[in-house]
Amino acid sequence: MTDIKELKIVEAPDGHAGAGFFATSYSAVIGLARKNSLWPLPFATSCCGIEFMATMGSHYDISRFGSERPSFSPRQADLLMVMGTIAKKMAPIVKQVYTQMAEPRWVMAVGACASSGGIFDTYSVLQGIDRVVPVDVYVPGCPPRPEQIIEGLMQIQELAGKESYRRRNSEEYQLLMDSYNIK
Amino acid sequence: MILLQKTYMPADYFPLFIQLGCALGFIVFALVLTHLLGPKRHGAVKDEAFESGIEAKGDARMPISVKYFLTAILFVLFDVEIIFMYPWAVNFRELGLTAFIEMILFMGLLLVGFIYVIKKGVLNWLED
Repeated sequence: MTDIKELKIVEAPDGHAGAGFFATSYSAVIGLARKNSLWPLPFATSCCGIEFMATMGSHYDISRFGSERPSFSPRQADLLMVMGTIAKKMAPIVKQVYTQMAEPRWVMAVGACASSGGIFDTYSVLQGIDRVVPVDVYVPGCPPRPEQIIEGLMQIQELAGKESYRRRNSEEYQLLMDSYNIK
Repeated sequence: MILLQKTYMPADYFPLFIQLGCALGFIVFALVLTHLLGPKRHGAVKDEAFESGIEAKGDARMPISVKYFLTAILFVLFDVEIIFMYPWAVNFRELGLTAFIEMILFMGLLLVGFIYVIKKGVLNWLED
């Protein structure tokens, strides 16, 4: 059993601590809350989905990073994890699911097929989901080991922690959505 | 030392309602404020009903079989009957024969209803 002193918990952000209160900046707290409670939407299609199942299990345990509750409804998910080969027929479905997610939302392309089509350079396979949705983190591998998926999640956490909390209402974000024709 | 038996007047429960009011008030305040002040992004596709990524068709209003309702409502009725039997079970000896006959009458009336339900074939799940 892990000794209680070895358990690592989330560090408090920079701020002023007093008797019974802690004052810090709004963005620091929001970033902290967002990054440590990313609820994934496992869009698992193929073999990478199996690796994700292992990652969700107790041995590799993604829930210790806050991804306690995977949701299959985009309304309640923060992170769209596309794991597996996406056919061209499936592409509008991935796009629709992404569009119906509530902000703030991040996308992780797990595996070679989601990142770039993988070994399937054919007429039926979408050559990377970044052709239909904006992707934040790509996890290479065929399939990537659970440790690599966790590394991808930690990079999403870094992005979520440092993101400005008004970014989703900004001009830049709107331009990004328009470039993908996401309404 | 005399032990005073405190009897509670209805007016003594007023602080409970204040607490309930405060809790409700806070919830309403927080919900309204986040609704008004929170960031929003709406879109034509985003606001559509979620149908696993495909186009949503229809409005999900279709007639369902009445047997589901009947099963549920009969459960509620007989469950309430059982609940009435709980205080009777606790005070069984003190209430004596009178209460026993009253309860038998009560259960008899409900039994008549139950026989009607069986005879009508309501509990027959499979319809031919």
